[in-house]
Amino acid sequence: MNVKPLLELRGITKSFGSVQALSDVDFEVLDGEVMALVGDNGAGKSTLVKCVAGTHSPDSGEILFEGKEVHIHGPKDAAKLGIEVVYQDLALCDNLDVVQNMYLGREVHDRLQRLKEPIMEQKTAETLKSLAVTTINSIRQPVATLSGGQRQSVAVAKAVQWNSKLVILDEPTAALGVAQTEQVLALVRRLAEQGLAVVIISHNLHDVFETATRITVLRLGRTVGIFERAKTTQQEIVQAITSGAPVSISGTPETAGATP
Amino acid sequence: MSAADVVGQDKPTPPAETTPAGVATLYRRALDNLKSGNLGVLPIALGIVFIVVFFSFKATNFFTGNNFDNIIVQMAGTAMLAFGVVFVLLLGEIDLSISYVAGIGALTVAELQLPGSGHQINGLLAMVAAVVICAAIGGAQGSIVAFVGVPSFVVTLAGFMIWQGVILQKLEQPGSIIIQDRWINYTASYYFSDFAGWLIAGIIIAIYAVTVLGGVIGKRRAGVAIRSPGLVVAKLVGVAVAAFGVVAVSNHAKVPHGLPLAGVLVVIFLVILTFLAKRTTFGRHVYAVGGNAEAARRAGINVPRIRILVFMISSAMAAVGGIILAANVNSVDLNFGGGTLLLNAIAAAVIGGVSLFGGRGEVRAAFLGALVIATVSNGLNTAGYATGVIYMVTGVILLFAVTLDTIARRLQVRSGR
Repeated sequence: MNVKPLLELRGITKSFGSVQALSDVDFEVLDGEVMALVGDNGAGKSTLVKCVAGTHSPDSGEILFEGKEVHIHGPKDAAKLGIEVVYQDLALCDNLDVVQNMYLGREVHDRLQRLKEPIMEQKTAETLKSLAVTTINSIRQPVATLSGGQRQSVAVAKAVQWNSKLVILDEPTAALGVAQTEQVLALVRRLAEQGLAVVIISHNLHDVFETATRITVLRLGRTVGIFERAKTTQQEIVQAITSGAPVSISGTPETAGATP
Repeated sequence: MSAADVVGQDKPTPPAETTPAGVATLYRRALDNLKSGNLGVLPIALGIVFIVVFFSFKATNFFTGNNFDNIIVQMAGTAMLAFGVVFVLLLGEIDLSISYVAGIGALTVAELQLPGSGHQINGLLAMVAAVVICAAIGGAQGSIVAFVGVPSFVVTLAGFMIWQGVILQKLEQPGSIIIQDRWINYTASYYFSDFAGWLIAGIIIAIYAVTVLGGVIGKRRAGVAIRSPGLVVAKLVGVAVAAFGVVAVSNHAKVPHGLPLAGVLVVIFLVILTFLAKRTTFGRHVYAVGGNAEAARRAGINVPRIRILVFMISSAMAAVGGIILAANVNSVDLNFGGGTLLLNAIAAAVIGGVSLFGGRGEVRAAFLGALVIATVSNGLNTAGYATGVIYMVTGVILLFAVTLDTIARRLQVRSGR
């Protein structure tokens, strides 16, 4: 592919004491693409995301955003670049309503710090409408009264509201029911259709195959390979996650025997 | 007051509501509120009405203008402390030092107005100095909580002991300091003339109306739906009746006659602090930190800064309350800040519906809670009951209020997810 990636990680290495969390990891996402990041527990998915979000800084390797090398030292740096991370269950304040959550930390106010509620309410309604999040009764109801899927939708909407270019979703469908999962996955696909780059981290291969255009597999802190969704199978991905299959894209039926 | 229209907004908006809302809509809103665990002022307002009616029959001299003024002055000090408690509780923290910080505030004004002490200053300046000093105390306590991570319970328990110690140490020799400065004493003993009382009530209603209508116009301009205009009108009428009613009764009092300044001060702080909590970014961030500190941090909110500012507000309000309490007895003595002051202030906020777990509650809760406590204790007093009975009844009310709130909270969780 000749398109330039929006985000490109080259040779990222990170260790915590004697634990090598990431060694020489490459990763990339294109505009308008859903890139899935999969791997078993401890494969280094979270650490990789935290390097992009600015929570951790890598020991070595470089991060390129829109072709330029960047150094991200915190959530604010990431937000400035247009990178938003939606963490599972950590994104929203239950006691605040939808509008208040959408504008949390970036409230619209005048010089006297007075909140401009009508503007925030109007913009929130527009954002939710543009993402076709229609199941929420009132955007003035506390988030605590929303269902899991609605909460996740609000969290995602909050992330994309700020002209972000890259949205990273950490386990967006964990703890959701079937219908709610479908609702969130549809939202993820819509984000990519609108031209955003999306990274989705998930344990659930069904979700990954529903949404992703490409799949990056990590195992024990190393990149196993990047697979095209259309040219691979769930078995192949499972094999790559568990035993570290070769980088070449085979998709041959013989690999089926390796599934646990 | 002005918080009310923000609170009542969390309802689904069927299109029918653009037409003037009838009784049915109001009823349905109330039902929705009950279901989602948002009880609002309804239970406590009913409670206050019940208490007033009960004691009016029980004690002959309860429902009089004089006693009415008494209740206002008696609740003022506690209400000021409770206002600060609301902010601390909204964060999910606690401040146990406020009663003795109030003592430090009172001691400061007493010391600074003392004639012949060599450092006597104008009473108004003395009050400002006391508030500033106490805010600094709160800043120090809050910094330890925010930066070092010591639980607020322990930090402020230490403060409780330290500031009590300072008061004892300072007043050991004289035993007490008499407050002679008229400005300081006015905070508890100035009563407005009939005309001034009516004027103040009119101003309060005007400010409230302008705020409410301003909000409605702003919403209309942004094309956002206005929720139940019927409720807006009802609130305006309610505030007008309450304001004129209080002045009417106060003006019927014989000695002291008229609207007490202490009551007006309580309302002024109620309005300012409600505005701060509900209409500013700072207030929004206080609620956010109390609801989910980690989410607030990730949203880029400076959580330690919010924590420190809240403890400063708490201590500053303690100083304001301490000044009024000292002015009420025209002196500061060794026992100042002891007794039930601390627990009454916390109880007032909790009775009013502020959650101890953070993120839920209104500033007006402190006002209503303090009103309940003052009315009950005054009523039992006039009916001839001993102090022991007053404590027991206050305890039962506190338990009842918190039980009601907890049940409401569980209903809310059930109706969610």
